[in-house]
Formats: sequence, structure tokens, C-alpha cells
Amino acid sequence: MSLLEIEDLKVTFTTADGDVNAVNGVSFHIDKGETLAIVGESGSGKSQTAFATMGLLARNGRATGKARFDGQDLLQMSQREFNAIRSKDIAMIFQDPMTSLNPYLKVSDQMAEVLMLHKGIGKSQAVSESAQMLDAVRIPDARARITMYPHEFSGGMRQRIMIAMSLLCQPRLLIADEPTTALDVTVQAQIMQLLGDIRQDFGTAVILITHDLGVVAGFCDRTLVMYGGQVMEEGSTDDIFATPAHPYTSGLLRAVPRLDREMGELMTIAGEPPDMSNLPTGCPFSPRCAVSLDHCRNQRPAMETTGNRRRACHLPASEVV
Amino acid sequence: MDALLSVRNLSVTFDVAKPGAWPWTPPRKLHAVSEVSFDLKPGECLGIVGESGSGKSTLARAIVGTIPSSGGNIFFEGADLANMDTRERRVHRRDVQMIFQDPLAALNPRMTVGEIIAEPLITHEPNTPRAEVKKRVGVLMERVGLLPNLINRYPHEFSGGQCQRIGIARALILKPKLIICDEPVSALDVSVQAQVINLLMELQRDMGLSMIFIAHDLSVVKHISDRTLVLYLGRVMELANSRKLTTLPEHPYTQALIASVPIPDPVLERARPRPVLEGELPSPLSPPSGCVFRTRCPKAQASCADARPVLEDIGSDHLVACPFHEAEHVLAVGS
Amino acid sequence: MMLPNRAAVEGIAENMQLADVKGRSLWADARTRFLRNRAAVISLIMLCAVAGFALFGGLVAQYEGDFVNFSLIGSNAYLGVPSIETGHYFGTDSNGRDLFARTVQGTGISLMVGVVGALVAVIVGTLYGATAGYYGGRIDGIMMRIVDVLMSIPFMFVLILMLVIFGRSIFMLFLGIGLISWLDMARIARGQTLTIKNKEFVEVAVATGVRPIRIILRHIVPNLLGIVIVYATLLVPNMIIFESFISFLGLGVQEPATSLGALINEGSRTMQFGYYWQIAFPLFFFVITIFAFFFVGDGLRDALDPKDR
Repeated sequence: MSLLEIEDLKVTFTTADGDVNAVNGVSFHIDKGETLAIVGESGSGKSQTAFATMGLLARNGRATGKARFDGQDLLQMSQREFNAIRSKDIAMIFQDPMTSLNPYLKVSDQMAEVLMLHKGIGKSQAVSESAQMLDAVRIPDARARITMYPHEFSGGMRQRIMIAMSLLCQPRLLIADEPTTALDVTVQAQIMQLLGDIRQDFGTAVILITHDLGVVAGFCDRTLVMYGGQVMEEGSTDDIFATPAHPYTSGLLRAVPRLDREMGELMTIAGEPPDMSNLPTGCPFSPRCAVSLDHCRNQRPAMETTGNRRRACHLPASEVV
Repeated sequence: MDALLSVRNLSVTFDVAKPGAWPWTPPRKLHAVSEVSFDLKPGECLGIVGESGSGKSTLARAIVGTIPSSGGNIFFEGADLANMDTRERRVHRRDVQMIFQDPLAALNPRMTVGEIIAEPLITHEPNTPRAEVKKRVGVLMERVGLLPNLINRYPHEFSGGQCQRIGIARALILKPKLIICDEPVSALDVSVQAQVINLLMELQRDMGLSMIFIAHDLSVVKHISDRTLVLYLGRVMELANSRKLTTLPEHPYTQALIASVPIPDPVLERARPRPVLEGELPSPLSPPSGCVFRTRCPKAQASCADARPVLEDIGSDHLVACPFHEAEHVLAVGS
Repeated sequence: MMLPNRAAVEGIAENMQLADVKGRSLWADARTRFLRNRAAVISLIMLCAVAGFALFGGLVAQYEGDFVNFSLIGSNAYLGVPSIETGHYFGTDSNGRDLFARTVQGTGISLMVGVVGALVAVIVGTLYGATAGYYGGRIDGIMMRIVDVLMSIPFMFVLILMLVIFGRSIFMLFLGIGLISWLDMARIARGQTLTIKNKEFVEVAVATGVRPIRIILRHIVPNLLGIVIVYATLLVPNMIIFESFISFLGLGVQEPATSLGALINEGSRTMQFGYYWQIAFPLFFFVITIFAFFFVGDGLRDALDPKDR
């Protein structure tokens, strides 16, 4: 049975200029201990999907559909029930660790608070467990540094603290929203390796939300490509990269320069990222698609499943290059 | 061939006040850029890579002249930009233009696109008739892929990619000889990055521009530049032909950097050995003695702490600042 | 190579007569947002009405403000009451002068004091603060210390001294108000300039060789203007209150000229005799004006800085 199953998730924001549909009928699942990548650009709805799952939508947003975690529907939960699950069973880490670390509290206090709340243990024990966790994410001299304030750490170290904090209650699912985007490549490599180790040691399932195809390639079992609030295609990471079955995926793969290859001129995807308040009725990618057909703009392609792959495109998979 | 730009032993230091210090105590010096030298030929594109804190943006700003340098020379067509008075310097500014990382922040939100693009022209050729200005702006907008009839729009009405095109048009209107791009694509969406990279490469080729392309993404730098310079803590580690640098890097830092760059190919990626570079950049307020990279270097020896390694030419214009340099295939090069 | 938009550009190049698209400036956006704010719009209308009253009220008045109707002196309680028939719409004051005409005049002067004070603040304060902030370093230090020194002078005391020594005149009052009103504004403008100056578009201008004066006027001041306008609208009522206070002390506007503060002062003295209208009408205009300015200022802040709501 899947750990988390999202079914027909829709997220709508009410703004002064009308409703904006950030997520438009997204379905996917993740199994125990699995890693799933959600790849997309700005406006793809990838972060809002995660926020909806975590019950963290902004006040003017609302989510419909189903998000079953262990058989319970997260979207039907009250804030109170959600709080019990959050960080105990599902944890999330963000691009900017400072958004979730309180700058006025010592790291030890913040971490211990989580443990005291969810495990009901005493303060000194909570602090010592926290220090162990900091040790586990390889923060040197953890026992001494745990009493420092967040701003005294570097960006990479803060992200490690975030990861340590999210792992305190050994959640079964970790959602990482662009965890390395703000970091340098060498630090990114450290963090990704850390996440890989953690997954092995704790058996945590990880949803990695990113725009960076390189990071996905090295880390994830399965990949889900999103565009304009919808799923474009999904499959095992190897398959997606070797034989992309959607024009958007194949375009993305050829638009990034690679270190190991001479690319000549880069292939481009024409146009600009989608305007979420003004999407075409059909395939959201159709205005930028080089091989779009006449009916692509008006008719939303159905999700077709073959084996363990899904795709939403009117063009037959064999014709996508 | 004569170099268009020759940077010689350029250093930039910032004064940092000690916390709780008196106003008259001498401030500490932060060495953002130390003794950097390189040449740029006309029509060439030089890439500069480095992590945040490596001083690459500071270097760019020192060349453009928005940050004063504290030592060394910047020869541009023989004239030393680093030691010039403000008035003289202003005349030379038209030849060196800059493109910035955050496309929207680099555009004044209260000015129309036309006014923004025309500003350098009006500054340096104030007597240009209005109709002529408008015509030139229109032509340039078309050249960078913007509809000329959007001339009266404001920056916030454009997407990130379009804003970057506006920035490029502004940089080009005076037909400069050198363009310095500071992370021009890193704030853009993946699908838009390629558009801007292609545009820059095309413009560089067609207009015979020299270009300095700064980025933290080695893949992008390698794609666009002829030669690449690797900076670490304000010092040059390695400077070589981009292709050679990425396939056969000599400096341990370059090797570590390349090993950290993820490659969008799951099969290759899993097969790659991953010697992860430990630790983080030391504080530029108190850089390590000797080689600045030695604290994280896998090949560091006791002697590295004693003397600063010199940047030596190991043949075919390949410069390395490491006495223990050794060529190494870090990447399995695919088709 | 094909630029992504090239095809589109070429298609359009064929019919080059295509009209330039008009942009929506941030000001236009702000106007839309402002017009959505009901309280602010109603306040703005009220303000216009008050201004109209001050400008054209004189045409409606049946008497001159300084005309003393001797027949009414001493019989305020039954002859000087507000009445349409006698032409004293707001009644008369204790000296038998038409209160309507005097309220018109008082409102005018109060508004003028407020607006002049705010204008001085906007022009002097903004330029001073922007210059100090832009140049930074020692220039900034000296300029801002001057502001600090001026601010540390007990201002009310100095103004009262000035009014006593140089005589009580409207000019002196304006001078005094002008002298202080820009200090706060200069500080605000300088603080904002420090943020704006580090924006990349200013750096671009410097790198291009744009001269400092032009950078301040073209790049910094327009981006300051939002906060400056908001502050100015909030400053106007402060100035009016300030003037009223001075006038209330009897040091401000001198007879026969008057201001709302002076009228309220007079009215408060006769209130105990039941001549309620002598305080009610000036007070009404005073309160309405102040409230309206505050609401408009609030609306402007929301409109100009939507993130800060």
C-alpha cells in the first residue's frame, strides 16, 4: 500500500483579480522508503501541491481532492489533527531554512520543543537527542554548537539543522522543497549525499521538489514532471531521462547545458512560463509546444498509463523526440 | 593579438568594522579579490566560476567600476581604468556594460522600457534627437526578441526572461566593446535560460563583443565561454580553455567542483564517484595561510601552509595555482 | 538560429503601423487599488468638499468675515443663532461677525498651513534625505547630524520666541512650520534611499556613467515618492493640529484673520453661555479635515505598497 496517495488534487487561490488555479487535478502516490521527484518550473504548481499536502496553504488558498496518508485523508483534517501528524509522520524542509527557524531562539530550544511536544520527554533528554541528530547530519562539534542561534550558522549548516529537525521524530515521509537551490554546488553535493544516507538509515520516503534535473538524476527512483498545475508525465527516473515521452520533458532535457557533452546550440522552449490566471482550456503547455496539434489548445489530453509510466499528451509517445 | 582587457594583480578589499570597536580603531580588511590577473582578447568570452564568497561578483564590479579597487591595474585598450579620476572614467564607461542576475531588480520600476533602454544613449550622446533615440531603441528591442511596440510598458508587466532581454538591450545600445554578465541566467526558469544563453552567444558572435560571463553553474559557463577562470576565496585557482578545464582539470579545487556538478543522466550519475568536498568556505576575513584552499583540499600537504602557490603556466595557456597539480578525468565524457 | 520570438516579431514587422502599447505604470496600478478603498475615496471626496468650501464659500457668504454687525453684539443668544433668514448660516461670533465667512477663511488658512508645511517637507526633506543617503559616508554623517541638532532644539519654545520677538504673522508661522516639517521627512527619505541605492538598477546607472544628480532625480526620488506621499498626507493634519495649537495659545494667526484653531479657541470661551455653534462649526470642519487626511493617507499607503497590507 502506498504511503501517500494524492488523488485529483486541486488548489485554488482567491485573489482580488479573480481565482487562480495553481494545481489542477494532480494525482500521484509514493511508497514507503521511496524517492519521488516532482520537477517543474515556477508556476508549475509543484510547491503548492506540497503545501496543500502539508496543510500549509496560504489563507486565500483552498484544496480539494484527496490526499490519503496511511488511509487518512489529510485534506479533511482539522488543524489540530494535522498538527499531530506534521513533523511526527510527515516533515517538510524548505529552500530557505530561515523561514522555519526562529532567529531569536537557540537551535537547542527549537529542536527540543519538537521532541517534547511529540514524544513528551523531558527537556534535558530532548536536547541530548537533538544533539545526536545534529551529529547524524554531520554538524561538527554538535554538542557545543547546539546552543548557538540560527544566524551563527552558514547556509549549508542551516539546511543541515533543518534536516535534523525534520528527522527528529523519524517521520515516514519527508517533503523537500528545493532544499539545495540556495546553496553552492559543493554544499549541494554534501546535502544530497546526506539526504541519500538518511533515506537508507531511517527508511524515510522522500518527495524532492526541484527544477534541477541534475539533482533528480542522482537521487530519485521516480520522477513526476509538472507544468501549469498539471502532471505532464511520470515514470521511473531512468525511463524519463532516457526516453522522455512528453514534448515538455524532452525540451527541458535539451535546454540545459551539460558538463559532460558538447551541446552546440541549446534547444529552446519558446515563450514564457505559464500565466496561472490565464491558462488555455486544453494542454497548459500547448502555447509553447513545438509539436502541438490543432486540438491541443482546447482539449485537455487524458492521462494514459502504460506499465509504470503515465503521460498526458495528444501526440503518440513514439512521435515525441 | 593584443588584449582588449588586461587585469593585473587586481585586489579589492573592504573595511569591516570590528563589532563594538571605537570609530578610530583601524577596521579589519576583508580581501574579496586578491591579486587576480588575466587577459581578454577582442571577441573572446571568458567564464568566471566560483562559489558564493569567491569574489566573482566583486571582481566584475571592480572592472565595471562600481566598486573601487585597492590595488593593481585594469588596462582597457591600454588605459588603466583602476587609476583614473571620475571624469575620465565616465568617458570609458560606455565601452564596458554589465548585465545583472536579478532581471527585475536591475530595471527601475518607475521608468518605461523605452526610457530604460535609452538611458545609456541619452547619458553619453545627449544631443541625439528623440526620434532617433526611439528608432534605435525599437531596432534593439526587436534584436533581442521583444516587440518594439511594448516600448511604453513598465518592467513589472514583463516576465523574468523578458526583463533580462530588456537588460541586454540596455547594455548593447551604446555598442560597447565589453559586456560583463553577472549570473545572467541563474534567476531564470530552466526553459527560459536556454533562450537567454542562445541570445547572448548570438549577439556576442554577431557584434564581435568581448564578454566576461560569471556564474556559479559550471555547465553554463563551459557552454558559453572560450576560457574559464576558477576563483576560490578571491584568488585564481585555474585558468584554461573551457573544454580542457572541464575534461582534464588540474587543480584539486576544480576537480572537486566538477565532481559536485550533477549531470542530468541517471545512469552516468549513479556510476560517478562522488568525492564530496568537506566543509565550507573559510572566512575571507582570516583566509588560511599559504594556499587558501588547503583547509579543504584532499591533496593538501604540510608545505601548502607555508607559501602561496604561484599561478604557473603548464603549457598551452593552461594556468594552475597548485604545485601538486595533476590532470584527472573527473567526468566520464559521453557522446 | 531562430530567436523564440523572432517569428512573432517578423510577423508584426510587416505591419509596422502597429500602435505602441500603453504601459500601466505602478502609479496607475496604485490608483486602481486606491479607488477600490471605499473609506479612502469617501474621505477624498470630503476633502475636496472641504477645499471647495474654503475656496468658494466666500461667494455664498452674505457678509465679509471682518464685518462687525454691531446690532448683534450682546444679543448673540437670540439674534446671532445660525439661521438662513438672517444670512448668518453659522450664526455670529461674540463680536457679531459672520461665523460662516470666518469659518471659510479659517478653513482656508488651516488647509494652507497644512499643505505648505507638507510641501516644504516633501521638497526639502526628500531632496535633502536622498542626497545624504545617496552620497553616504562623511557627507551623510554631516547632513544627518545637522538634522539631529535641529531636531533636538525644543521647537515649540523657539517658535513661540520667534513669534513674540518678530511679531505674530502668518509668514512667521509658515517659516516656523517649514523649518521643522522637513526634518522627519529627511530622515525617512534617507533611510529609504539607503535601500534603493543598493538596488541593481542604481548600480547599472552608475556603471553606465549617469551623473549623480540625475541618478538622484531619475532613479531614487521617483522610487521614494510612494512613501513620501503617504507621509506627507499624514503630515498635513499634524501641521493643522500644530497651527491650531499655536493659535489656541493666541500666538498664531492674528485678528482679523483667523484659522480653525483660533475659531475653536474663541468658541471654547463662549461654550458655557450656550453659544454651542461658535465651537461646533469650526470643530466640525477641523475634525472632518483631519479624519479625511488620515484616511486618505492610509488608503495611499495600502495602494502604493500592496505588500504591506
